[in-house]
Amino acid sequence: MIYAILRRFGQMLFVMFGISVIVFLIFFATPGSDPAARIAGRNASPEVLEAVRHNFGFDRPLYVQYGLMMKKIFVTGDLTSFVNRGWKVVPAVLDSIPVTLSLVFGAAVLWVVVSIIIGIVAAATRDSWVDKLLMALGLLGISMPVYWLGEVMNLITQSRYHDTWLFSWVPPLGYKNFSDDPKGWFLALVIPWVTLAILYIGIYGRVLRAAIIESMQEDYIRTARAKGLSETRILLRHALRTSLIAFVTLFGLDFGALVGGSALLTEVVFGLQGIGKLTYDALQSLDLPMIMATVMYASMFVVVANAIVDFVYILLDPRVRTS
Amino acid sequence: MMLSVRDLRVSFRTHEGLVRAIDGVSFDLKEGEILGVVGESGSGKTVSLLAVMGLITDPNAVIEGSIRYRERELVGLPARELRRLRGSEIAMIFQDPMTALTPVYTIGWQIAEQIRAHKRISKSQALERVEELLAEVNFPNPREAMSRYPHQLSGGMRQRAVIAMALSCNPALLVADEPTTALDVTVQAGILDLVRKLRATHNSAVVFITHDMGVVSELADRVMVMYAGRVVERGSRTELFSDPQHPYTRALLGSIPPLTGEKPHRLPAIPGSPPSLLRLPEGCAFGPRCPVNYEPCRAGKPVLGDGNHAAACFRVQA
Repeated sequence: MIYAILRRFGQMLFVMFGISVIVFLIFFATPGSDPAARIAGRNASPEVLEAVRHNFGFDRPLYVQYGLMMKKIFVTGDLTSFVNRGWKVVPAVLDSIPVTLSLVFGAAVLWVVVSIIIGIVAAATRDSWVDKLLMALGLLGISMPVYWLGEVMNLITQSRYHDTWLFSWVPPLGYKNFSDDPKGWFLALVIPWVTLAILYIGIYGRVLRAAIIESMQEDYIRTARAKGLSETRILLRHALRTSLIAFVTLFGLDFGALVGGSALLTEVVFGLQGIGKLTYDALQSLDLPMIMATVMYASMFVVVANAIVDFVYILLDPRVRTS
Repeated sequence: MMLSVRDLRVSFRTHEGLVRAIDGVSFDLKEGEILGVVGESGSGKTVSLLAVMGLITDPNAVIEGSIRYRERELVGLPARELRRLRGSEIAMIFQDPMTALTPVYTIGWQIAEQIRAHKRISKSQALERVEELLAEVNFPNPREAMSRYPHQLSGGMRQRAVIAMALSCNPALLVADEPTTALDVTVQAGILDLVRKLRATHNSAVVFITHDMGVVSELADRVMVMYAGRVVERGSRTELFSDPQHPYTRALLGSIPPLTGEKPHRLPAIPGSPPSLLRLPEGCAFGPRCPVNYEPCRAGKPVLGDGNHAAACFRVQA
């Protein structure tokens, strides 16, 4: 088991290396464009252009350029944005990581807990009105786009009903550092968490319900019934455990993507300066070093999230351990 | 009688109408007796025993008739009461050991779970009992086997684990649904020995469902042959094998290759295939495939007579 984990860790490093090479090549070795000109931005003077060329090693072989880039991102951390006049890229990314992590992590806890409850209740009451109601609500949650839902949430909690007892606790939009003000951090994120989680609660609740119902058709469920176990125990101990495998797979993909910047819409609606917002702004101004750094960061999180999913598999399914 | 089934009918509501899977099956079982139930796929042998176990969960199933187990009527018994019997007094072994165990728990855990569902004992006591059980079903290293997951065991070993699980609460009645079908012949023999030995040590009655006449001839005290949801012949093993009466039973026995003497060029087979339960033929269900059918066979359905050895056939009764 230890060996399986170590091997998975090695694979993870290898994948990250591969991603970094590919991303680097896409940005800096695409034929027909001068990366120095793009990094320097529009209307750059020849001196700036020359400085960029030297700084990034564009006058040297490709592998040196790659090495310099990785050094700037991971070792010295002095990758500089020329578009934004000398803004240091790495600290900017590091500053926005806690914002995105707070947002996505809190929402993930919410959606995992709620969707597991919904999935179990719906599967247990299959075809009854409870099941139908839950699945209809789930579909409603999936159908509401997050930018619209977020704005509606803001309209209700920040404006129309802000002065009532119900929402007077909601602070103005924006992020507060957890270390400075834990209570403020929590209050500021409650509405974004709920907004982001609603979509995933719908999806995960429906997926889990389907997986449980499928598991309930398995032969070992009949064995469990023949053993004289209660229906509750059969559902929770035998059907749910095997159904969680599909759930975890989906979670790894969604969590990685969200942390890697897909929470952009939520971040914009709630004025959170997260990774998504940072990437979006960088794309707007064609800020190549910033894009490079955020893409590296995003891919790193997808890879790490997938590795964590594999570790959870190992815990959930003994069949994976030996292979 | 420990188990007495009277006029059991199981039907399923389908889009094409009501399908009667079991049509008036009756049988008795004494304590410690082995009853072999033989028939082709779809003859209703498994469904009738699932009905006895209360394991037909299909909401479209309709179960009628009477199943009396030790003076208690099982048809219509509340789910709670039925659950108390299941696994403790009536246990079941399934056909495919590959899929019969939950893949994510160890063998020991799964057997202990059943013991603790019926007896108030501690986890460590339950695990001690599991070790005894695994030794009883001839696991070479019971203590180690307890911590194994199903996928780490061979098919034969898994079936032994399933049997150990079924025996964990000393059931009075063991239902074995083709427990050897999915296994190699050598492993089969081991499992049959085991069933025989367990009948001796636990004095459990066994209902052994199979389509293998050879297995029946080795194991069963009494035999019941089923066709299209009905019992066509019943009798003791010797009666049935030395004096088969129903043409279907004869045909089944005729399709076993002889061990001695000249081998037939081609094994005799029963012409045609089993009828669809949706479109049963008029009269005797076996009629269209029967070599000796005549007028009365098309007119009405033959019924099983009284007596220990009986066949549902107009030719025999005439």
